[in-house]
Amino acid sequence: MSTSDHDHDRERDSEATFGDYGGQYVPEALMPALQELEDAYERYVLNNEDGFMDEFRERMRDFGGRPTPLQRADRLSERYDRDIYLKREDLVHGGAHKLNNALGQVLLAKYMGKERIIAETGAGQHGTATAMAAAHLDMPCEIYMGRTDVNRQRPNVYRMRMNGAEVNPVEAGSGTLKEAINETLRDWATTVENTHYVIGSVVGPHPFPKLVRDFQSVIGREAREQVQEKAGRLPDSVVACAGGGSNTMGTFHEFVPDEDVDLYAVEAGGSSLEIDAESGVAPNSATLSTGTDGVLHGAMTRLLQSEEGQIMESHSVSAGLDYAGVGPELSHLVDIGRVTPVSVDDEAALNGFHRLSRLEGIIPALESSHALGYLERAAGTAADTSSGRSPRDEESSEELGDLVVVNVSGRGDKDLETVLEETEKRDLEAAPEVEVFDG
Amino acid sequence: MTADSTGTEYDSDVEAAIREKHPALITYLTAGDPSLEDTKAYVEALDRGGSDLIELGLPFSEPIAEGPTIQAAINRALEAGTTPEGFFELVDDLETEAPLLVMTYYNMILQYGDEPDVRPFVERAAEAGLAGIIVPDLPAEEADPLREACDDHGLDLVFIVAPTTEGERLETIMSQVSGFTYVQARLGTTGARADVSTATHESLERLSAFDVPKAVGFGVSEGDHAAEIVEAGADGVIVGSALVDIVASSDEPAVDLEAKARELKRGARRGADSITVDPEDTPEPEQP
Repeated sequence: MSTSDHDHDRERDSEATFGDYGGQYVPEALMPALQELEDAYERYVLNNEDGFMDEFRERMRDFGGRPTPLQRADRLSERYDRDIYLKREDLVHGGAHKLNNALGQVLLAKYMGKERIIAETGAGQHGTATAMAAAHLDMPCEIYMGRTDVNRQRPNVYRMRMNGAEVNPVEAGSGTLKEAINETLRDWATTVENTHYVIGSVVGPHPFPKLVRDFQSVIGREAREQVQEKAGRLPDSVVACAGGGSNTMGTFHEFVPDEDVDLYAVEAGGSSLEIDAESGVAPNSATLSTGTDGVLHGAMTRLLQSEEGQIMESHSVSAGLDYAGVGPELSHLVDIGRVTPVSVDDEAALNGFHRLSRLEGIIPALESSHALGYLERAAGTAADTSSGRSPRDEESSEELGDLVVVNVSGRGDKDLETVLEETEKRDLEAAPEVEVFDG
Repeated sequence: MTADSTGTEYDSDVEAAIREKHPALITYLTAGDPSLEDTKAYVEALDRGGSDLIELGLPFSEPIAEGPTIQAAINRALEAGTTPEGFFELVDDLETEAPLLVMTYYNMILQYGDEPDVRPFVERAAEAGLAGIIVPDLPAEEADPLREACDDHGLDLVFIVAPTTEGERLETIMSQVSGFTYVQARLGTTGARADVSTATHESLERLSAFDVPKAVGFGVSEGDHAAEIVEAGADGVIVGSALVDIVASSDEPAVDLEAKARELKRGARRGADSITVDPEDTPEPEQP
């Protein structure tokens, strides 16, 4: 990188916004903490003060298991008649990319002299990663999790508690990620003087979207090097699922300057992209595809909201994508045409889950299954195109190109109960006979 | 400029209300809890009870600065179908002696009108006769568009000062505040408490150099709290959750709200009376 490029990056990093998005929309009590965090981000993350980044990378290697492989998926490649590479973030310690950010932030909190860690979690992967990082670095930790998510992600609740974290179920609203974030912000507003809030995605007030992106950008940095090593060139496209957008931004960030590489953010289409205005419920979490601009949880971004500004309850079969907001940088990248938002519904995601499990021996998280569902829809063979294909899909198939990297953001052990239950309700072409599991 | 009976001029109706009625009682209710019709009766009761300013909450689905009491009130108001337009119609109908302020979250302001923009909300607020706006999730750093719109329409934009607000930030906020400064008594969210936080005294001490009216909220629920806060140097007290509790649980909310307002106002006066003023000892207020 040339000096001028570097200067440009530094200037950009000191800004609180991405185009029209981002900012700091939080109660006044939290503002000094955000300033303190901005200062710590600049010193430790950007300037490696006290060897922070060296320690972070070493811990990610020895405790976290990095680098993760970029694996050529032979049977998927055969099926789609092109080269499909999987970035195996499911192999990070804890089973998801979430540890990259959680370990980074808990370590940063330690460097900042904070004494307590709080976090929110949807699917439980971020909560689990934070609990692991806190145990690893000997910090007390409390996790807020919506009641609905506690019920549908029990294995992760157990894991958090095994690692010594306290799990606080949140009863409000639909009991998902949005409510958990509200409650964590309230805790933080009370305890801000000694507590760091480990935000789990590229959302929230500045500098969180940049901080989380930087900790996660190791995914794309590795993938970019690995694909050149293995295939001898950059991919034609990169595909990642998008809820809040942490694995998405982590995977895309290093590819953003490579304008020949198409970036696809796959959102949760839930049961429908239509919004039920009467009940104020969006039966999807496809914020980039269908949302409008507004302010939620500290940032201006794309949201699922009513015309009057009330935030909608979202839906996805995947708890980790079930969120009415999305990272401000992703909203910006979509606006300027660098990232293409697409979506697949719950059923396509479930099929994606079963397909990867059967064909490649990898059980993916339901979040990642959306990326795999999109791959099938965009690159699928003619025989599998009977339903749900819009005219645009043909175009997407060409645009995906001959060399595709798909981020497998996490492993699906946590989702087995949900998958069995949801599969039984449907007649899924890719699914095994789930009834046989009863005996 | 607004002139009081002694001919003193103030920058706004809000500032005048606090300075003239010193020590001032500022009361809060969530509009639409349990219905807009009820809110009208309750606001009038608070006005009769001696409120000098009344804050009306326009409900937002994600009230991150509120504790459980006001959060529940907001949920009830939303379930009752409270909309921004319904809110403004309520304000159109209200005739109170106390000026009215709207308290809501930034997204509600931004979404009023066809495109995300603060101006349509401010225009409608001015038309309805509101005197000012309080936005708990809008720090001074992000407030330029709203402040400009408020200035253009003669509305006050009240800023909150937290126990964590110090140094340069404090000065920036104090240079931008209009009407009064909302002094957050303690860290955390809104909600009635059993005592007055020591953070209140420290915050008022830090703010004493600034000649802007200071009103203390977050946790104030009784006349004795009001007395203690005024005695500590506040120009007013802000009470919300304790009143929302009455709306939620009383058999005769209007009667009890009026009585509670009287108790709080009496408490505030008691606090003011206990400050013995020796004109020789009173220092000139320092300019920041």
